[in-house]
Amino acid sequence: MITRLSYPFDAHYLLRMKKAIRRELISRTDLMEKRVAILGGSTTAEIKDMLELFLLKDGIKPVFYESGYNRYYEEVLFSGAELKQFAPEIIYIHTSNVNITRYPSVLERAEDIDGIVAGEVNRFRKIWDRIAAEYSCPIIQNNFELPHYRGLGNLDAYDVHGHTRFIAELNRCFSEEARQRHNLHLNDINYLSAWFGLERWYDKCAWYSYKYAMSIEAIPLLAHSVATIVRAILGQAKKCLVLDLDNTLWGGIIGDDGVNGIRIGKETPEAEAYTEFQQYVKGLKERGINLAICSKNDEANAREGFTHPDSILALEDFSVFRANWEPKHENIREIAQLLNIGIDSLVFADDNPAERDLIRFQEPRVAVPEMGNNVAKYIDVIDKSGLFETIVLSHDDLQRSTFYIDNAVRRDNQSHFENYDDFLHSLDMVAEIKPIVPVYLDRVAQLTNKTNQFNVTTRRYTPAELKAVAEDSCYITLFGRLKDRFGDNGLVSVMVGVIQGLELYLDLWLMSCRVLQRGMEAAMLDQLVVEAQGRGLKSIIGYYYPSARNVLVSGLFEEMGFKNLTKKEDYSSVWMLDISTAYTNKNLFIEVNK
Amino acid sequence: MTIEAIEQRLSEIFRDVLDRNTLILARETTAADIEEWDSLAHISLLVAIEKEFDIKLTLDEVEQLRNVGDMFDLIQRKAS
Repeated sequence: MITRLSYPFDAHYLLRMKKAIRRELISRTDLMEKRVAILGGSTTAEIKDMLELFLLKDGIKPVFYESGYNRYYEEVLFSGAELKQFAPEIIYIHTSNVNITRYPSVLERAEDIDGIVAGEVNRFRKIWDRIAAEYSCPIIQNNFELPHYRGLGNLDAYDVHGHTRFIAELNRCFSEEARQRHNLHLNDINYLSAWFGLERWYDKCAWYSYKYAMSIEAIPLLAHSVATIVRAILGQAKKCLVLDLDNTLWGGIIGDDGVNGIRIGKETPEAEAYTEFQQYVKGLKERGINLAICSKNDEANAREGFTHPDSILALEDFSVFRANWEPKHENIREIAQLLNIGIDSLVFADDNPAERDLIRFQEPRVAVPEMGNNVAKYIDVIDKSGLFETIVLSHDDLQRSTFYIDNAVRRDNQSHFENYDDFLHSLDMVAEIKPIVPVYLDRVAQLTNKTNQFNVTTRRYTPAELKAVAEDSCYITLFGRLKDRFGDNGLVSVMVGVIQGLELYLDLWLMSCRVLQRGMEAAMLDQLVVEAQGRGLKSIIGYYYPSARNVLVSGLFEEMGFKNLTKKEDYSSVWMLDISTAYTNKNLFIEVNK
Repeated sequence: MTIEAIEQRLSEIFRDVLDRNTLILARETTAADIEEWDSLAHISLLVAIEKEFDIKLTLDEVEQLRNVGDMFDLIQRKAS
């Protein structure tokens, strides 16, 4: 049933079967609870139910708060006791053009209309300001769908009195606000409703009868979009697209047809479709998604396909290239290992339904969009699935695929050295390890939410919480960036500790797995000791809280010279490092803050 | 469509939407008789009926529905 929740889904099936689907999903044990407040400008009951299904599918168990009907404004600004007590971790504001309080009338003077736009936007700015101050949690906010009717006909789109033009202005202002506010994320219902078709999106019967601002059958699409944003906020977006070759990236079989026989380019409709798909894939690569090939082919033949003069993708666009005759699930496991990423951050694209089924069966955590075998539909399915949704285009994202290609070279290099220490020395590693500064808040929060393996407490932070902690003198925070001779690994490690008396209690210690076994954890600890001693502290207290995925660091404190204080039945443990006497640096390979 | 076919398909809708596999409907059954048949489920039932029988209900028709029998008659009248 879970696959019924993947795009393209059957909205009517989900609406009809939602209770049975929920029953099945909620029985899973590895769910992560999140408190989600839905503040509605219209009825939200069905939206809540559908959102729950899509979140459960992604391993998130939502606990909901629903505002009173059309009380999204009042509950934030005036009577919010219940909401405050609920302590939301994410707030979704479901408003739409039924919540616009004032449209310009045709009698309005043109110069007054900007003021009407500002009035509408200001109402929302007050809500966003208050949420930032009071709850410091991420906000998911609908923009506006185009109007149901156009009083001025086509002129409605460009006359300053037109409602169509008015809504476009509001959406422009919302976009600008979302660019400025790092906790505000737009749910683009303007696009969703257009894609769905405004004629089907609007159901005035549902409005008059039940006060739903949209048709019931559009609700699964809306909820899917909100769930996609939630996943991106929690840093669960996918990192790598694994692609088949024949009839996926080009038409035909390279082994049979040869490079001159495959269909790519502008010569035939089919070739054009494959060209556009390659362009789409190239776009993903440029924004930081890794590409990998997993194809049943002779490697030499497979590579030759990219020498086609019309090929958009080139061999160097791929971080890993696996063309052989082994079963695909084995290749896929290797791809995840080589890239040093979890198998659940892979997406598998293949025109062959048997291969898709094999992967779903063998590696159920790999996302396998039901892309069919019609090349004209590939982009739709992958794009609308929202698997690669992101809340911000960070500099690190744009560079990420280079990191991973560098990693593959590094690994290759490793085999040429006598011992591992020699290899580490040869990397010429340079780190910057300093207290967290505002420019890194988003990246650090992203790391706290998606790092599961090297993470002793699995404590999650929002950017706003981090900001508060970084500015508080009772805390010591550190971020670590690591460069080596192959390139910049970016911001890869974070520590947060709270000072009480003469002790520093470690609330967070995490590191990205792409720099495992590089000695970066030792460099981080050394710097933490410097900071702590600088404030006259005598010891550092560390905690290990076991999770399903952090067994990697169960022995970290011991390795780093901490003494065990207590071990509990649930395998959690408390550790202490005495820093009142001389401390010997543990880092041997990385030059820090030079 | 035969009367039996409508009866059977309508029962299946009720079982799916209310998640009650063994539910048996009678003409006199109303929302008060079935715990799961609340206002939200009522909307889901109507949406599923419209889809299943490829009909569109008007505001007026929706308001007239008192029990399963009314639903049945309405479907029979509209679904040709």
